[in-house]
Amino acid sequence: MINLETPKKFKPLVDQANQVATEVFRPISRRYDSEEHAYPKELDMLAALIDGMNEGSDIGGAGAAGVRRSSNGDSDGGNRNGSNLSTVLGIAELCWGDVGLLLSLPRQGLGNSAIASVATEEQLERYGGKWAAMAITEPEAGSDSAAIRTRAELDGDEYVLNGEKIFVTSGDRADLIVVWASLDPARGRSAIKSFIVERDNPGLNLDRLEHKLGIRASDTANFTLQDCRVPKEALLGSPEIDTKQGFGGAMQTFDNTRPLVAAMAVGVTRAALEETRGQLEEAGVELDDAVPAYAQSAAAARFGEMEADYEAARLLTLQAAWMADNGKPNSLQASMAKAKAGRTCVDVTLGCVELCGSAGYAESELLEKWARDAKILDIFEGTQQIQLLIVARQLLGKSSSELR
Amino acid sequence: MSGTDKGVSERSMGFGLRALNRLAGSSLLDRMRIRGHVERAVFSGSKNGFRTATAAGRTFKAAQRLGKPARQGRRDGGGLFDLTPDDEQGMFKETVSDFAAAKVRPAAGEADAERATPAELLAQANELGVNMLGVPEELGGVVGEGAAVTSALIGEALAHGDMGIAYAALAPGAVATAIARWGSADQEAAYLPAFTSEDPPAAALAILEPLPLFDPTSLRTRARREGSDWILDGTKSLLARPGECELFVVAAAVEDGGPALFAIESGADGLSVEPEPAMGLRPAATGRLLLDGVRLPGEAQLAGGDPSAYAECVQRARIAWCALSVGTAQAALDYVIPYVNERIAFGEPVSNRQGVAFAVSDIGIETEGMRLATYRAASRADQGLPFSHEAALARRLCAAKGMQIGSDGVQLLGGHGFVKEHPVERWYRDLRAAGVMEGALLV
Repeated sequence: MINLETPKKFKPLVDQANQVATEVFRPISRRYDSEEHAYPKELDMLAALIDGMNEGSDIGGAGAAGVRRSSNGDSDGGNRNGSNLSTVLGIAELCWGDVGLLLSLPRQGLGNSAIASVATEEQLERYGGKWAAMAITEPEAGSDSAAIRTRAELDGDEYVLNGEKIFVTSGDRADLIVVWASLDPARGRSAIKSFIVERDNPGLNLDRLEHKLGIRASDTANFTLQDCRVPKEALLGSPEIDTKQGFGGAMQTFDNTRPLVAAMAVGVTRAALEETRGQLEEAGVELDDAVPAYAQSAAAARFGEMEADYEAARLLTLQAAWMADNGKPNSLQASMAKAKAGRTCVDVTLGCVELCGSAGYAESELLEKWARDAKILDIFEGTQQIQLLIVARQLLGKSSSELR
Repeated sequence: MSGTDKGVSERSMGFGLRALNRLAGSSLLDRMRIRGHVERAVFSGSKNGFRTATAAGRTFKAAQRLGKPARQGRRDGGGLFDLTPDDEQGMFKETVSDFAAAKVRPAAGEADAERATPAELLAQANELGVNMLGVPEELGGVVGEGAAVTSALIGEALAHGDMGIAYAALAPGAVATAIARWGSADQEAAYLPAFTSEDPPAAALAILEPLPLFDPTSLRTRARREGSDWILDGTKSLLARPGECELFVVAAAVEDGGPALFAIESGADGLSVEPEPAMGLRPAATGRLLLDGVRLPGEAQLAGGDPSAYAECVQRARIAWCALSVGTAQAALDYVIPYVNERIAFGEPVSNRQGVAFAVSDIGIETEGMRLATYRAASRADQGLPFSHEAALARRLCAAKGMQIGSDGVQLLGGHGFVKEHPVERWYRDLRAAGVMEGALLV
């Protein structure tokens, strides 16, 4: 039975996330945007609350419970609505509140997601309950993760890490940093592994915190790793350089987190649309679904166009999550969702600022902030262009060497 | 051929054209500021030459009359997000997809050129049951509960073969669905048996009018009372095969009331049709329906003139056109992929270039978005949930993105896309319809 409504069983979760967004995020949204790098201490209480809840991620979090695919997802042959779907619904709702604050939620970092997704039982025990950030990007390697230069060399029972990492979300606040480094640059992608580094490791030096266009509540750190020694057990996944599987394994984290970022974009987009609808209606603009776009006022027609793009972005995101819940390969749909949601978020929030005029542009409302926050959602976890590349390769049946 | 060899009629035709051309070149018209009037008179003079009465249809006879009208029930959504069609829908979809690939696509080029869909093809589509989806089981239908999703899946599948043929094949079903949803017990008894018979009639649901900025909530076609009768005047646009239709459901603005639907049998006095060839949808032999003082009995009105029934009709039609545009957009995607992979330029497939590859990505992304929005609107309709907003969102997506896909489909083939050797130019013409059509089809 084709049904694209929010599952009834997730309604309490969505309502709860909405309360958090309304009562916790929105009231402090502007403050932590203005006071960049100030620690939003209000989130400690919330994080404790989330930890206390069943499985941690069930009210959404930032998907840090990981996205381990249940291998028996399709075992009964029936339709499953599971944690992938509930997570995107929760994230969208929280980001309707504030995406920067969501990214600052303690113990809900991308590193947590990576650890939860691929860690061994011993690693889970050792690193569980800690806040983990993710360090992939380098000054000379952004979208091209395979080009990272940070080295990891085995020395006895320890790996020694050397290199430079930038754009580490929550890098200053987290307890752990999951660092991507190469065991052997000559062997390319498959030699790239991720290592868990304790934040207080003396070889891990904070260079600076970035000043940013948006998501200013979230700290973005740059590090230098200088003879940074971690135990052998800090390597996530297999230490073998498997030319067939290696990099795919690392990239799998992205396959699973793209719908989460799409969900963030969906939440921010909805926030802007709701605010703008209110302002337009107050201004006397008639928003009538029955009247064709060409027979409406320009403002109403533009608003309808933005709502339609939002609907497509939202449904693509739900589709990608639903497929993961049901054990269906969703790499194509995950990238479609990320591409559509990312660009829609930017277009819609900027369009809303334009429609609302100075009331949209001024700091008196949050519209201008959402428009600034939006841009990162079309960049991190794979830029718009990277998503289009992934979609194109899949649709056209091309390898990364054919379509570069 | 010399002038003296021409037949008399040919020469007189030539003379007429020469005179007309001299008139057209005359600065007198411009000085008198009557050029527009004269050109319009010449145009409608030639046009009216083709105006014909509507088909001499069958006599619709009531078979069994139920005490109250039969309606399809609501579907239980099951409470879970799900993108898998149920067994019945899956079966319909597969059967119609096979038919579209084996029969519709191969016939599309010629049907487009001839402005006609082969009767055999329409008969085969009828045999698949595509025109009785909206008919309740009590009245011989095959789908027990809401058939909007089923209709959308079938529309999508048929349009993957060809949008114009899909329009021709599905248009009669819109009338059956309208009668089944909003007709009285008498109207159901009179008209529906014909649609479930072996020889279903051609029929058309007429809402669209030939006006710029046409708004279905504000109709030019009027219905006024005369005693217990209705008198209808107006013009309806882009009907499928109007000359062959035996039954029309026509939307008109009721004096002192909102828009409403009326059932009109062909052959009524004051009813005529004329061809209206268009940019696309040509296999549907599109034409206008002209109503000149058409007198109808009081009971010809559907749903007792309930404005919410008409509003629902408009939205269901938009979902149906969305479904057709999704199928056509998918056809474009499926066609350009092998083309750009095989076409060599600068020593390698053009799809190795991001400028080409990203255009393919966008077609894929937007087609999927259009599809999901369409399914959601249809599914809400089946579940008895409000769906006017969702239908409007799907409509906007399909109108805007569908047209972009039509355009990119041609662009990706370059000059080869512009010529009729490839179907992409046809899809370009057809996809414009998703933003223009109102009524005509229903889910």
